[in-house]
Amino acid sequence: MTDLLSRPRRPAVEDHLNRRGSLEQREPGRPRRSLVLSLVLACVTLMTLDHVNDGAALDPVRRLVGEVYGPAESGVSAVVDPVIAVPRWLRSKHDLATDIDRLQGENDQLRAELTTSDYDRNRLQEYDDLTATADSIGYALVPARVVGIGPAQSFSRTVTIDAGSRAGLAPDQTVVNGQGLVGRVLRVTSTTATVLLIVDADSTVGGRVGRSMKVGFLHGRGDLGQGARLDLELVDQTYVPATGEPVVTWGSQDGAPYVSGVPVGRVESVYSSPRDTTQRAVIEPFVDFSALDLVGVVVPSGTHSDRGVIEVDGLR
Amino acid sequence: MNLSLPRALACLLAVSAALVLQASLFSHLAIRGVVPDLVLLVVVAAGLAFGSEQGLVLGFGAGLLLDLAPPADHDAGRWALSLLVVGYVAGRLSGRARPRPAQWLPVAAACSFVGTSVFALSGLLLRDPVVGVGELLRVEVLAVLLDTALALLVVPLALGLFAKVEPDRVLA
Repeated sequence: MTDLLSRPRRPAVEDHLNRRGSLEQREPGRPRRSLVLSLVLACVTLMTLDHVNDGAALDPVRRLVGEVYGPAESGVSAVVDPVIAVPRWLRSKHDLATDIDRLQGENDQLRAELTTSDYDRNRLQEYDDLTATADSIGYALVPARVVGIGPAQSFSRTVTIDAGSRAGLAPDQTVVNGQGLVGRVLRVTSTTATVLLIVDADSTVGGRVGRSMKVGFLHGRGDLGQGARLDLELVDQTYVPATGEPVVTWGSQDGAPYVSGVPVGRVESVYSSPRDTTQRAVIEPFVDFSALDLVGVVVPSGTHSDRGVIEVDGLR
Repeated sequence: MNLSLPRALACLLAVSAALVLQASLFSHLAIRGVVPDLVLLVVVAAGLAFGSEQGLVLGFGAGLLLDLAPPADHDAGRWALSLLVVGYVAGRLSGRARPRPAQWLPVAAACSFVGTSVFALSGLLLRDPVVGVGELLRVEVLAVLLDTALALLVVPLALGLFAKVEPDRVLA
């Protein structure tokens, strides 16, 4: 008993009086103010560094992190993609089965066999489309596959593709697929590259209305999926484009970031306000951005690459 | 309260796995482009298990990776700031007892809201993405719903991993 009484009380440092004057225990996990301050300042510094000069200061760091996480994303994607393709196939088969009931039995037998062959056929079709694109737009293409997609929470529409500087890629190259323009390369690592999609709200592409050769600027709306649209702002305010007119890229100097003559989409509707000095048209892109898989990156003809380059006159 | 080596390695592993899965696997399961924030949920779990100071540090590190790893293109530091706040809030909201689902699920939902909000607001300040407030709200509501659903899976997994690394220190 005496032993208990003589033991000193717990040190007062553990407890303290709060603002209301009641005794409160110090919480063990509460961070030091200096730590909070330094980390928040680090965040602000990073944002500032990246905001000015187009993020040139952080590009080496981004590349370093990309070298580590890019291959990991490619690896996971290689495992996941065939599995993801299965439900897409099952759904279309199901619709078909309701239409032709008497073929149900045969369908069941063929189902397992077709699971892989449908996927392979789709892949082959995509490569065929890409070869045709290289032929029709007249540029050499490096084929690549989409392995990572940025979340909508980041509000920028970017994807990772599995080709990098080793495949002959460099920043500001045009990315297309079998349907039309996809975007441009922002930065590369040795095995992956980050692509800014044209539907990104920050993306601006010079566009030309096919029949009249009128030029304008295409802005993304930051929306993916079936509802993805682009806004076309025409330089010539008197010209009203017709619904359904195709829009192609206008092209930049030395083909960077966009080469000319790549199909982008078609005019869906046109509207103008008396206050605006330009006509605005809504463009429906040819590319389905929610189902991007195989893409091609426009490279100078004869580029040295770690994979087959699709030249205008066929695969090399 | 120093970050011990096994704990740091476990955190790095959990964050890396979340980051890669978020970009490559869950992008296929996205609803209108919105992907569950796995990295955010790992930071929430770390905050719950280790307290607000380490949650803060881990949130900063995890956010930095999210800012720099492909295919990110926003101004670096924005996710770092958001997840730093998330780690802190999760640590402050965690009780002293062993976390139970009824306790951490609201915390995860609140943290998801706070994290995506801080990110979106920093974007508005920096004028990084040119999107409207309506789009911001739509994405935010979807993100909170998805995160809360995925929290049921991710938070127990992460808590289990942290408990396995240092069984005696997690509940300190």
